[in-house]
Amino acid sequence: MKEEIIIAGFGGQGVLSMGKILAYSAIMQDLEVTWMPSYGPEMRGGTANVCVIISDRKISSPIITKYDTAIILNQQSMDKFEEKVKPGGLLVYDPSGITRFPVRKDITICSIDAIEVAAEIGNAKVYNMAVLGAYLKMRRALRMENVVKGLEKSIPARYSDLIQKNREAIEKGMERVMITSETE
Amino acid sequence: MAEKILMKGNEAIAISAIRNGVDGYFGYPITPQSEVMETLMKEKPWETTGMTVLQAESELSSINMVYGGASCGKKVMTSSSSPGISLMCEGISYIAGAELPCVIVDVMRGGPGLGTIQPSQSDYFQAVKGGGHGDYHCIVLAPAYAQDMYDFVDWGFELAFKYRNPVMILADGIIGQLMEKVELHPAKPRRTAEEILEAAPWATTGKPAGRARNIITSLSLDANTQEDFNRKLLAKYDAIRESEVKYSEYLTDDAEYVFVAFGCSARICEAATDILREEGIKAGLIRPITLFPFPEKEISRLAGRVKSMMSIELSLGQMVEDVRLAADGQCPVGFYGRQGGNIYTPEEIVSEFKKFNNLK
Repeated sequence: MKEEIIIAGFGGQGVLSMGKILAYSAIMQDLEVTWMPSYGPEMRGGTANVCVIISDRKISSPIITKYDTAIILNQQSMDKFEEKVKPGGLLVYDPSGITRFPVRKDITICSIDAIEVAAEIGNAKVYNMAVLGAYLKMRRALRMENVVKGLEKSIPARYSDLIQKNREAIEKGMERVMITSETE
Repeated sequence: MAEKILMKGNEAIAISAIRNGVDGYFGYPITPQSEVMETLMKEKPWETTGMTVLQAESELSSINMVYGGASCGKKVMTSSSSPGISLMCEGISYIAGAELPCVIVDVMRGGPGLGTIQPSQSDYFQAVKGGGHGDYHCIVLAPAYAQDMYDFVDWGFELAFKYRNPVMILADGIIGQLMEKVELHPAKPRRTAEEILEAAPWATTGKPAGRARNIITSLSLDANTQEDFNRKLLAKYDAIRESEVKYSEYLTDDAEYVFVAFGCSARICEAATDILREEGIKAGLIRPITLFPFPEKEISRLAGRVKSMMSIELSLGQMVEDVRLAADGQCPVGFYGRQGGNIYTPEEIVSEFKKFNNLK
């Protein structure tokens, strides 16, 4: 099993921390993992992205060009990464940041209104966990118990009330994700 | 079961220093290795193990603090990135000349000059061939995983004290910045005064009655004395070459073509090797883990039976010179590199490999 994921959006959307929680959850499931933030000039333009590789074997190259899954939170990232999803792969996006919707016919595309989930929970910071929930529902590579452990490892104990809110956001994200287009 | 933590390569260096009983860290911030000192400051080891962590006023100062600490038999280290290491080179030469153990971490960025803050491997020459003046070598270890960053601190001190020689951990911005699973081994306490006397009987720890003074110096004005010392160093370097070479091989058993790469490049070449194997091309990889001593015998052995070798580096071509010396004309040795912080992809390496070998 090997899953190569790109998470891309604006700085401040929680892209890097979503990647970190995903990576930690994978470690809790005894998998190998590499978390690699964007290292190109694009990091200067306000966009943030991180590549997370999860595998049951030792991971070779942390530098990759095609992804099994793209999690896309703004238009710039859609323009850049839609074409880089492997055929048969998955694209998860938040429609509120998008003006041009994805068009690929050879991948599964689904959307999650994560702003709405965050508003319902009453904490804008859990936005990224609603997106993570959508991904976890679609891929089912990680068990929820390990995701909760990953959350606990990533969030300092003094913010333990946030763990519950984040968990709620993940669960709502799982419920709300909508498949908009499936592989033909 | 050992605890497994997600951490950056740079964080792994800092956590490993604390857990392996390091006595002192002296540094000056520079991208892309600033997390080393940031993590140490956050962990406050002076409250737990008693380790000293000090931000010096410059790299010149931090390397000379290392010189002083090492003279007293303490386990001391510093870290920096390329331009900062250039500033330290005088001190490193003195430490080598005084035969002192220490660990120096270089998380390379692109140069020359201030260059770029992005990853590079263009300080191979500086690390392996000297950097400072005089006939000396650092032992140079090349990590490729965050776990290596953790493990090589302890291994580095072991070698440094065994040979009374500076050890450099030559990492790059990718290995410093990426996060991976790191398994923490059981912690070691700092050495007691008695243990320091045992591990470093040469150290300046205060002269007891009945023992000659221990003198730490790199100065010797008499030509014959200096020459004897240089030959003693040569004997030490030969012993290191004989006993401490470390490398790993990937699919070389039946390989017809071999990549040679270290650090992050070795991992990218491993992926390139997989792509070529899927196409039925018998590629393999040798990754030097020690750069000094260099795995010359192993490369020579492979060169005698493969069609070609290719050195892949984030530079204009530095290690390739040592690969060619080791191959000694037994097979063609090619090179491909990227610079300026740009990083090759496995597909790019496959394409350059095919060009070099006239394969479709």
